[in-house]
This record gives sequence, C-alpha cells and structure tokens, in this order.
Amino acid sequence: MPVTAIYGRPANSRAADMNYLTQRLLTFPLVLLGVSLLVFFAIRLVPGDAIIAMLGTEAGLLTDAQRASLEAYFGLDQPIIVQYGRWLAGLFEGNLGISVTYGKPVLEVILARFPLTLELSLLSMLISLAVGIPAGGFAATRADRPSDLLVRLFAMLGQSTPSFVVGLVLIYFLSVTFRMLPAMGSFTPLFEDPIGNLSQMLLPSITLGLSFAAAVTRISRSAMLDVLSDDYVRTARSKGASQRDVVWKHALPNALIPVVTLSGVEFGYLLGGAVIVEQIFALPGLGRLTLDAISQRDYPLVQGAVLFIAFNFLVVNLLVDLAYAALDPRIRLGGK
Amino acid sequence: MDLLKVVLRHPSGRIGAAIILIFLVLAGLGAVGLTPHDPLKQFVVDRLKPPSLTYWFGTDLLGRDTFSRLMLGISESFIVAFASVAVAATAGTIIGLFAAWWGHLWDGVLMRTMDVLLAFPAILLALLIVAIEGAGMVTSIVAIGIVYTPIFARVVRAPALAIKGREFVEAARTFGSSQGYILTRHLLLNLVAPLTVQITLALAWALLTESGLSFLGLGTQPPAPSLGVMLAESKSMMTRAPWLMIFPGLTIMLAILGFNLLGDALRDILDPRTQGRGA
Repeated sequence: MPVTAIYGRPANSRAADMNYLTQRLLTFPLVLLGVSLLVFFAIRLVPGDAIIAMLGTEAGLLTDAQRASLEAYFGLDQPIIVQYGRWLAGLFEGNLGISVTYGKPVLEVILARFPLTLELSLLSMLISLAVGIPAGGFAATRADRPSDLLVRLFAMLGQSTPSFVVGLVLIYFLSVTFRMLPAMGSFTPLFEDPIGNLSQMLLPSITLGLSFAAAVTRISRSAMLDVLSDDYVRTARSKGASQRDVVWKHALPNALIPVVTLSGVEFGYLLGGAVIVEQIFALPGLGRLTLDAISQRDYPLVQGAVLFIAFNFLVVNLLVDLAYAALDPRIRLGGK
Repeated sequence: MDLLKVVLRHPSGRIGAAIILIFLVLAGLGAVGLTPHDPLKQFVVDRLKPPSLTYWFGTDLLGRDTFSRLMLGISESFIVAFASVAVAATAGTIIGLFAAWWGHLWDGVLMRTMDVLLAFPAILLALLIVAIEGAGMVTSIVAIGIVYTPIFARVVRAPALAIKGREFVEAARTFGSSQGYILTRHLLLNLVAPLTVQITLALAWALLTESGLSFLGLGTQPPAPSLGVMLAESKSMMTRAPWLMIFPGLTIMLAILGFNLLGDALRDILDPRTQGRGA
C-alpha cells in the first residue's frame, strides 16, 4: 500500500517540531469524533432495512407489534441523532452495542478476532524488517553496482505485486511441490499449539510482508545513502573504523529513523486486518470480520469494527510521532 | 516535450513508459473489440486448454480465451484507474489549494477531514463505499477516488503554503491580480511537478486497489472480465490450469510496475531533493 507516500516524511522535513506534536495531541480527539460520525452515518446510507437484514425472509412473518418492539430493542425507533448520541455515550463505557449476527457484545466479537490480526501483523512486520533492513543497507554500500541494481529490481517488483498474486503463487507452489494445502478454516491459537499456529500463519505473513519488505528495502537504502555522506560518518572513517563498523554501528542507527516511522504507520494499517490475505487463506481475522459484517448489514458490528480499526491506526500514529521525536534530538529539543 | 526526452533518457523511465504504452495499446484494442477471440464467447469444446497458437494464454473453465479476456480486463481496470485518479487529483487539488489559501479555520477543518479519511485503511473505506453504492465500475471509481483524495490534498497543500508566502505571489497581489488568477496561474503552475509525480504513482495504487476490490467480488461484475475477477476465478483451478492464474497475475504486476517505474523516474527528474539518489 502507498504508505510511504502518505506518511513517509522526507529526511529534510525533520523541522516538524514540538508545535506539530502538541497540535497532533490536541486534534486527536477531534479526528476520532470525525471518524465516529463518518462511520455512523455512512452505515446508515447502506440500502436495506436493518430488521430485514437480520431476519432475512422471516422478517415478512413479523406482526407490526413484533417489528416495533424489535426496533425499540435495537433503538432503531429513535431519531438518528439520538441513536448516534446513545452510541457515542456507550463508547465511553466500552459498550459498542450488540452484534446482530453473533448476538454477543460487539467488543467481545472484535476482541475474539483481534489476537489473530495482531499476530499476523507482528509476524509480517518482523519478516519485512528482517529482510528489508539488511537488503537496503547492503544495497546502499554498493550503490550503483550490479548487486545494488539487483536489490532495487527485486524491491521494485515486490512493491508492484498485489498481495493476492503473491498469496496465490505461494499456495500454488506449496500444492505442486509438497502436494499439500495450507491449513485453512479454523484458527489454532498460538498458546495452544505453537507449531500448528506458526505453520498456519507463515504463508499469510510472508504474503502480507512482501510488499512492505520492498518498501523497507527502498527506504533503508536511501536513508543509508544519505547518512553515509554525513560528516560524522566521514569522521568515523578517518578515525580508522572498519567499513563494517562504520556501516552497521555508526550509520545504521540514524538511517533507521525513517524506517521506524514507516513501520509504525504500516503497523497501524496492519492492525486493521488484512481483508484480502485473510480471504485467500481463510483466516478469521479482523478484516474478514468487517467484510462479512458489511455484507450481512450487521450495523453495530461494522460500526464497532471500523471504529476500532481507525482508533488503533490513530493511536499507533500518535505513538510513532512521539517515538520519532524521541529518536531525533532536533525535534526533541524543539530546535530546527 | 523536453520532459518526455528526459524521461526517456532515464533508465527506469524508459522501461516504465514502454510498459505503459504496450498496455495502453492492448487496452485500446480490447475496448474497441479488436481481440483475437470474443472475450465473452464460450468455446465449449475447448475448455481449460493450455496456451497454444489458437489460444495464446489458454482458455478458462467455460472455454473463454484468456488473452482476449485479459485485453478487455486491462481496459476495464485502466478506465477505473484513470477515472478514479482524475477524481482524486481534482478534488484533492481543490481542497489542498483552498486549505492553503484561506488558511486558519478552513485549513483546520479541511485538513482534519482529510485526516479522518486517512484513518481508514484504503480497502476498508472502499468496501464501505461499495456497500453503500452497490458494486460496479462507477462505484469503484468513486470509492478509489475518495480514498486517494486526502493524499492529493496533502501533496498540494504543503507546497502551496510555501509558494503563497513567496515574493512573486505578493507582487501579483499588489498588482491587483484576482484571487482566481493567482490561484490558477501562480500556485497551480508551480504545483505541476509534484502533481505529475503523484498522479503517476497514484495510478499504480489505483490499479492495485481496483484489482483488490474485484478480487473480493466488489469491483467490476462478471461476466465482464477484470484482472482481479480473473484471478479470483483461477484460484479453484490453479493446479489443473495454472495459466489462468499466471497470466492475469503477471499482467497486474507489470501494469503496476510500469506506473511505479515511471513515477520514480519522474520523481528523480522533477524533485531536486531526491536527484541522483535513484531510490
């Protein structure tokens, strides 16, 4: 996804100072309120009656009185502003309403799916960083030589391949070479059966991690190139530090700043669930939960899930900004 | 056409431009019906045929020619990509310009609204819009357009703010130039470079999002072929007919690669900050 282009700050805009951070903190609740408004009213634009969506054809068998009492139960008889107010008030008590399809509290349904999404996000993140940072650093030290061009070519291809193409190709090779299919359907929790869990999560994590690994490679490479021409690196070199020490000890920590920012943003997105990858590997994560909730018109669940996802994204981004300030003394000290 | 010359001298620009040109030709031929076979016709006796001289990329379960379907699929995907980027670039530029020009409260309201939109993962926001509007080509265009509007608003606002304070805009104001004239002549003209880069890269993402939506069954509706639909259909038959997966997969990848390469080249050329880094 185009994460780089949205949030990846170019190295020379580090002038974003404390002012910016304070502003971010102050507008955070405002943006969150906007998200809740958008989610709530967008869902009500979806054509179709909520009661019919709930009961299907059986809704036709309802008497007017039964229908009215159902609407009263779900609060659908109130004016829309009142419905929004109630929903908003409930949010502060951690009450996101009752899912229509599951008959359980929305938060409970979401939290049941969240561990899978969290694990998938962490694993794919780990894979991307483990591949991308060394590859980018390696390419930067050999700028414009054949090995650099090769790394760049792979990074470019990785960024241009949609996750469903990667996923399908992986499944194909697995089924042709090993005559087996990845475990699908039910999800094995990590703590019950670590090996079963990891064998189930490996392919989806690679699929999800590949395009981000490419992004990390490109960012680390260009950040490393920037840093390698800095004065302090030249100083380290003239002191007689070995090439390996210069690159991995002196240059890398600073080159990692943009990688940290980018990873934070990507992580925020990943926590929203990977609709397509979950769909291909039949994993019951947050993405598929939301997709199914939309198609089943489970209003409370869609609202809750989308809000949950956006909330995570905003919190992670705020943390990234704080981490960014902590990593870069020029921001921490309020200077330019 | 100086820019074109420079782009063609840039290695990745040359490759990217060549790929896009080939795809545009295929899309154009596909759109007017100049395909080797009728993309919707079912050759019942030739079902699931591997690639051959008659069916260059093989046939699917219904005996339809994969190559012809790909040509039509490319044109469908390209129409959605170009139209949605046009929507996003227009809306985003207007919002970004006004936010920068009016400043203060307007800036806050417009840009915070953009932040709200950015808080949703792209595919999720698109899904929500598809749920409201119903799946189809126009919905895909609107959905992808809305998803990428905030990015253009941000891309335009920052340089617009910087240019707004420069002497030549001040000078134009003292000369009594109208707001509209300053906005279009001075601000917009100076935004051509960042916008060109952004539009090219956005085309790559739009293709990615479009194929993702149709892969989920929420974009272009069958029997009209779209690259995502063709891939989704190939999944159940991948071991028996891998060509159904390989060719659409390669096609999507190459198309996105073309725009990414061209976008990178343009950024190298037009953005002095990244010049010579070849990132």
